[in-house]
Amino acid sequence: MSISRSEVRQVAHLARLYIDEDRLDDIASELSAIIEFMAQLEEVDIENVDPMTSVTPVELKKRVDEVTTGGFPERILANAPAAEEGFFTVPKVVE
Amino acid sequence: MSLAELTISDARRKLQRRAISSVELVRACFEKIEKSNQLNAYCWTDKEFALKQACNADRRLAAGDASGMCGIPIGVKDLFCMRGVPTQAASRILKGFRPEYDSTVTRNLQDHGAVVIGKLNMDEFAMGSSTEHSAYGASVNPWKARGCTKPRTPGGSSGGSAAAVCSDLCLGATGTDTGGSIRQPASFTGIVGIKPTYGRCSRWGIVAFASSLDQAGPMTKSVRDSAIMLGAMAGHDAKDSTSANRPVEDFEASLTGDIRGKKVAVPREYRLPGMPNDIENMWDNGVAMLRDAGAKVVEVSLPHTKYALPAYYVIAPAEASSNLARYDGVRYGYRASLDSDSGITELYKRTRAEGFGAEVKRRIMIGTYVLSQGFYEAYYRRAQRVRSLIKRDFEVVFEQGVDFLLTPASPSAAFPLGAISDSDPIKMYLNDVFTVTVNLAGLPGVSVPVQLDAEGLPLGLQLIGRPWDEASLLNCAYVLERQAGFSVKPQVWWLER
Repeated sequence: MSISRSEVRQVAHLARLYIDEDRLDDIASELSAIIEFMAQLEEVDIENVDPMTSVTPVELKKRVDEVTTGGFPERILANAPAAEEGFFTVPKVVE
Repeated sequence: MSLAELTISDARRKLQRRAISSVELVRACFEKIEKSNQLNAYCWTDKEFALKQACNADRRLAAGDASGMCGIPIGVKDLFCMRGVPTQAASRILKGFRPEYDSTVTRNLQDHGAVVIGKLNMDEFAMGSSTEHSAYGASVNPWKARGCTKPRTPGGSSGGSAAAVCSDLCLGATGTDTGGSIRQPASFTGIVGIKPTYGRCSRWGIVAFASSLDQAGPMTKSVRDSAIMLGAMAGHDAKDSTSANRPVEDFEASLTGDIRGKKVAVPREYRLPGMPNDIENMWDNGVAMLRDAGAKVVEVSLPHTKYALPAYYVIAPAEASSNLARYDGVRYGYRASLDSDSGITELYKRTRAEGFGAEVKRRIMIGTYVLSQGFYEAYYRRAQRVRSLIKRDFEVVFEQGVDFLLTPASPSAAFPLGAISDSDPIKMYLNDVFTVTVNLAGLPGVSVPVQLDAEGLPLGLQLIGRPWDEASLLNCAYVLERQAGFSVKPQVWWLER
């Protein structure tokens, strides 16, 4: 099982990672080696085995859906690389 | 002797008798920290901040505050958020980030009176086994091999924590362990480290790597110290829905030193072909020590062990790729500089490409791949099923009346920095071979220093316990510690005059 250049490009796009075109081959071979390592899992008989979706066998706790904190926009924005008038600012997103 | 060399339990006794003050302890730590830059253990310290906490602790001690951690100087892995304190997860992408809130674990420790003196180096986002993948540069192990000047890794990802505790730059440190990140560095530096049962410590405010595997724990100079410190870290937290609502026992009170009649198992699948003789030998010694102490030692099988690493390296990157999606250059941390005509997708892509290091990007790519359409069933879903089988292996063994499992903590001693090439990630991943199973199954595991190898480097044994049974696990670790009598310290080469 190996990963192609175009798959690397597609995965990088899904992951929102910019990758130089001239790095694609190296990354493809690195990822292929890791995926090959994972292929060992195909040897395991998983018939009738449920996937483990929680670590401890307890039902996930629920709470009432209500506002419990807030009212401090300046603290929310304190670490923003760019903020204006109580909002995060980003490049233009509407054409 | 410097006060910084005290264990937590000895310092506690002196503090409570008022023979020493917390301020003196903190000053003693800083005296060493200021001369130990070569170890690169801390990525941030603040003496004034520490002394202020120490003064408060001294006041509490004067008033008769009995908490075991009161006045004890500790270091905190850079993964834990603390209000107003730089928290970068050793990543460029969190440059400048000062959280607006505290992690529950550090809050608990500070509420107990512990004095945080700084943040500790680690592999970026806790991804790595050598602390070489850090925006601050690698930490260095205080231990060197006999007749060799090469700097060695303190292990990872909690390598800064391990190096700091080992070289007395704090009395104890917090670590986190997703696949072995507390236990392997503890083993590489000759200290004690416990990964508690999943859910024992709240994950709230700890920068997330793989949420179903991450767990915080103490790294200390002795088993007793781990028992004291874990007691102050653990506990239910409504802010983490996976944190367990169960009482925190007095772990220290469980250290009776009596394990007569307990059943200890050695899993045969952990005897790897080509394992160094020193590791085999240590393991055999450990068996003999526990037998001497009155435990019954049996061999058991954990048939799916072989598949733990590949399952882990599907599940952990999958969860990481999802958790790390939040680093987008908008809400906190690093943001790439762009031309004015660039759009938001370009902002995300450039920010993440420039902000994350190579290993983190590799894992995000793997995680994204195994979760993508067409591969989800074949990799992620399959790995989750294999995870069920790995957990079941342990359950079967515990159902047979086994109390603890004994294994090496790591397949080797500390290796030289740069020895494992960045282009061979799988070789680095193999470091976790004895520890990942424990995270996959959600069990508690502790690493205890036992002996030096032929080159004079420390080696540790791992004890694995039943879920929520940290109390008796620590007691067994205490017995192993006493039997081994490991008391060697590294020769000091790193202090600047």
